[in-house]
Amino acid sequence: MLKDITIGQYFPGDTIVHKLDPRVKILITFVFIISLFFINKFYPYLLVLGFILTVIKLSKVPFKYVFKGLKPLRFIIIITFFINAFMTKGVELFSIGPLTVSEEGLYQAIFMALRLIFLIMGTSLLTLTTSPISLTDGIEKLLNPLKIIGLPAHELAMMMTIALRFIPTLLEETDKIMKAQMARGADFESGNILNRAKNLVPLLVPLFVNSFRRADELAMAMEARCYRGGEHRTRLNEIKMDKIDFIVITIMTIFFGILISTRYI
Amino acid sequence: MMIKIENLSYVYNPESPFETKALDNINLEVEKGDFVGLIGHTGSGKSTLVQHLNGLIRPTEGRIIIDGIDITKKETKLRAIRQEVGLVFQYPEYQLFEETVYKDIAFGPKNLGLNETEVDSRVKKAMELVGLDFEKIKDRSPFELSGGQKRRVAIAGVVAMNPKVLILDEPTAGLDPKGRDEILGEIQNLYEKENMTIILVSHSMEDIAKLVNKIVVMHKGKIAMEGAPREIFKNQERLEDLGLGIPQVTYFMKKYKSEGHSVSDDILTIDEAKEELLNYLRRRDNA
Repeated sequence: MLKDITIGQYFPGDTIVHKLDPRVKILITFVFIISLFFINKFYPYLLVLGFILTVIKLSKVPFKYVFKGLKPLRFIIIITFFINAFMTKGVELFSIGPLTVSEEGLYQAIFMALRLIFLIMGTSLLTLTTSPISLTDGIEKLLNPLKIIGLPAHELAMMMTIALRFIPTLLEETDKIMKAQMARGADFESGNILNRAKNLVPLLVPLFVNSFRRADELAMAMEARCYRGGEHRTRLNEIKMDKIDFIVITIMTIFFGILISTRYI
Repeated sequence: MMIKIENLSYVYNPESPFETKALDNINLEVEKGDFVGLIGHTGSGKSTLVQHLNGLIRPTEGRIIIDGIDITKKETKLRAIRQEVGLVFQYPEYQLFEETVYKDIAFGPKNLGLNETEVDSRVKKAMELVGLDFEKIKDRSPFELSGGQKRRVAIAGVVAMNPKVLILDEPTAGLDPKGRDEILGEIQNLYEKENMTIILVSHSMEDIAKLVNKIVVMHKGKIAMEGAPREIFKNQERLEDLGLGIPQVTYFMKKYKSEGHSVSDDILTIDEAKEELLNYLRRRDNA
């Protein structure tokens, strides 16, 4: 059950996609999401599909991994599909009981489902090809200008790094505590929703207590190594833009320009 | 026959790049009234093995029969098995969750569906067995106790289920020497007075040598050695090959003997060593 969670999963590699400046990758993903919502007909999706397949090919991430990101969100995709299919009014195509599917509805449903699928695939490509560390580095650098208005960019990035770092630890711990309570006859699998929620108490209390303890220990360890937040902090590997980054930016600007302009022609 | 393990294998993350074989064709029998020491290096499969014994993990291959019941069959009621076989995890104090010590220890017995009076007497008895003062501690929060006391509460929580077999995974890890000796003494008590069959997972040779009557050595998911402590500790070299050792006092006696003193090196505890050395000195003085 816990094994399915792949948030922020990184697929290590040494390809051009992996080596791209994380800031460039984050911005591309950002613009990618925006342009997906500009698309209002089917044929630009071919461009999007081409883009995603090219990135997958270049990054050498197995297609299976990109596809796996869709699994936890499959219900959202399916629900979106059916809501659009049944709720859009238009020329009736066929009907099941009280529900009618119109031509426009079917069109809309496929369109929306595709948008979601591309959205998830595109964004999971970012996390698959960028290690959590460089991802947060990139976010920190991108947020840096906002420091002027008092946004604690470094602290936010550090919080993200720590959160990502502790996901596997927490999963492991959950598994262990669950087993320990099961050994004492706890039941996490049967009963109605109310009972199940109540049965989670023996799992959640130790989990919280341990997280607080761990946070305390981590803070102490950071303090012991003289951690003082973002001010005057330097890094071992400064991220900087290369020629290739500028080339990619140019190509992507043209690509997204074309993608967005399809809306108006 | 209490526990019978037949051709047990277990694979973590099967059919993925992270596939690892944690247990490889384990065959083991534990008799009623045995006190088994399960030793092995970190990652040798000890913890995985003991989690199989009360159905927390289902084997990839093989069978486990406890008291005549095959617990690897799908239709076997696991709750009944967990009543038979109590498992105390590593660092069990991290699983405490109730407001009071009493409630925490009562969690297991209540899950067994016992009535109030029975639960009450079980909690009292369990606390007594692990050396906790019932009246003083029962209403305190388990989170404000000392490390050693927390661990006792956690052990009592399993003991209160009154299992026939009690498995303890590194029960002394992270405790100071005094706490360690106390806990081990209480475990011995459970064995002698409550007639529980006990499986003690540890990598401390000292702990094991003192208590158990059978040792199982695991290495890379397989059983490497099996037998009485004296037999096992005779194979010093083999144990060292496996990254383990023999008790310090046994090392000492072997060394002392090799320097020309006619003592027995078949010694496992400090008390035995004392006896043997005194005897030897007396013999030598008389001669």
